[in-house]
Amino acid sequence: MRPFREALISLVRRPMLAALSVTAISLSLFILGLFGLTAHNISRALAAVEEKVEIVAYLRDEIDEAQLRLVRSEIGAFPEVESVEYVSKTEALYNASRELAEFSDVFPDVEVNPLPASLEVRLLPGRRDPQSVGTVAVRMSGYDFIDDVRFGRDWVDRIHTLRRIAGGTALIVGGSFALVAMLLVGATVRMSIHARSTEIAIMENVGATAGFIQRPFLAEGLISGLAGGAFALALTFGAYRLLDRAVMAVLWLPDLWIAAGILGGGVLGMLSAGRSVRQELKGLYAI
Amino acid sequence: MIRFRNVTKHYPRSGTALADASFHVRKAEFVFLTGPSGAGKTTVLRLVHMELAPTEGEVIISRFSSTRIRRREIPQLRRRVGFVFQDFRLLERFTAAENIAFALQVTGANRSAIRPKVMRLLDHVGLASRASAFPAELSGGERQRVAIARALATDPLVLLADEPTGNLDERASLGVFELFKQLNALGTAVILATHDTTLLRRHPETRVLELEDGRLVYDSRSDVPKPPHASSGDSSIFELVRGGPAP
Ligand SMILES: Nc1ncnc2c1ncn2[C@@H]1O[C@H](COP(=O)(O)OP(=O)(O)OP(=O)(O)O)[C@@H](O)[C@H]1O
Ligand SMILES: [Mg+2]
Repeated sequence: MRPFREALISLVRRPMLAALSVTAISLSLFILGLFGLTAHNISRALAAVEEKVEIVAYLRDEIDEAQLRLVRSEIGAFPEVESVEYVSKTEALYNASRELAEFSDVFPDVEVNPLPASLEVRLLPGRRDPQSVGTVAVRMSGYDFIDDVRFGRDWVDRIHTLRRIAGGTALIVGGSFALVAMLLVGATVRMSIHARSTEIAIMENVGATAGFIQRPFLAEGLISGLAGGAFALALTFGAYRLLDRAVMAVLWLPDLWIAAGILGGGVLGMLSAGRSVRQELKGLYAI
Repeated sequence: MIRFRNVTKHYPRSGTALADASFHVRKAEFVFLTGPSGAGKTTVLRLVHMELAPTEGEVIISRFSSTRIRRREIPQLRRRVGFVFQDFRLLERFTAAENIAFALQVTGANRSAIRPKVMRLLDHVGLASRASAFPAELSGGERQRVAIARALATDPLVLLADEPTGNLDERASLGVFELFKQLNALGTAVILATHDTTLLRRHPETRVLELEDGRLVYDSRSDVPKPPHASSGDSSIFELVRGGPAP
């Protein structure tokens, strides 16, 4: 517990330096938080669009009850498949009449329903890419009772491309933000530790071990990092509320991301502190 | 206990600060390390403290050798070698007592043992009444004493003092010297770097190691006569002090 007690004492003794590191960490993480908010919302929007990806298999009129049940359960058991919905001939006609006004005029008069029954297949999230869609479609068209298999190939392709662009952009932008955050925090912590180089030199001179010298600084880095993370969370939440009320409905971040952000702040503070103290110590040892 | 074996130290940018120096300091011995400015006195002390590694040769302090010591053993060595820096290096935001306690804390001393020991050390250097003063509230001589008390905190085998009387008036400097003598009498070896000729003149019985331009030119305990280049021409401090060449 000594490292933590010392760290707290030192934070209280130098409020300006402490405030500086905490501010640097919270601003860096706030930028990451805003980015996370954007990325999360775009990703959810794309996922919502992707959910609409479905494969429709038109069934031959000859199919009987038992065969239908078999086909349904077999397709339902494909590893990619989330759900299989049966749309009977009557339902198809009903839907069509509702969607197409001209058709509804004809509806009462038709003697023979020209529309086929169909299976509407949805794939599991993560399996909605062109390749999975294609394989499932091919496998389905292998059934005798299935006349035709349709899916919006262009649509699937386009969403997929969009997702990849978004993912790549997120990686590059997020990576750069994270890097900038690390450099900024590193520089601030370095400065606040350099301000105490005399103290470090004296400890070293009177025979303190490197570990003994480092531990309070690591604890201090951890504390400022966690505090910075908490402030960043508050700032991000403020930004979210503002956006949500004034601009458009947005989604809040998943809990896991929040936990990762705050812990990340702690780890970032600790690693920067460790690195800086080691640099100070390196200057002292000639052996 | 302290042995220099043909020690040479080059600084990267200013060349040789110590050339082929060999000497031995025994347990509980008192040694003046003298010589003109730039002769290499501080370099010798820093080699003993192992802040510096010799370029050639070997420095042996007790069971530690500069050629074999590992970095993680250095703290052990430092606790056996007390260093009183020329600029004291006290922490300004700590009181006198806290500065001394600090040296004990960093070596992981038992918390309950620290306070009495600090008081004893302060008493020893004659500063018991100034325990709660900050360095800025102390005179130069008093700061010097705090620095000495701190150097003594870990019960070192040897006390190194770099120009301890440099900034003090004659009375204060005599007082500090007497303190070193007392500590020495209790069994701590002392290496005192100084070019204070008055001090040397007053204590002719004390061993003198004299450096000049990085070379050890005189050792009052050795039987080896002074090399001719040192005794001819400019007279060394030793000659000034004792009024003639060494035997
Ligand atoms: N860190 C260093 N880097 C480069 N050169 C140095 C360094 N420290 C000392 N020197 C040089 O080494 C030589 C010996 O220096 P040292 O400090 O040991 O002398 P000194 O006898 O202590 O002098 P003074 O009485 O002025 O304190 C000098 O020429 C000095 O310029
Ligand atoms: Mg010097």
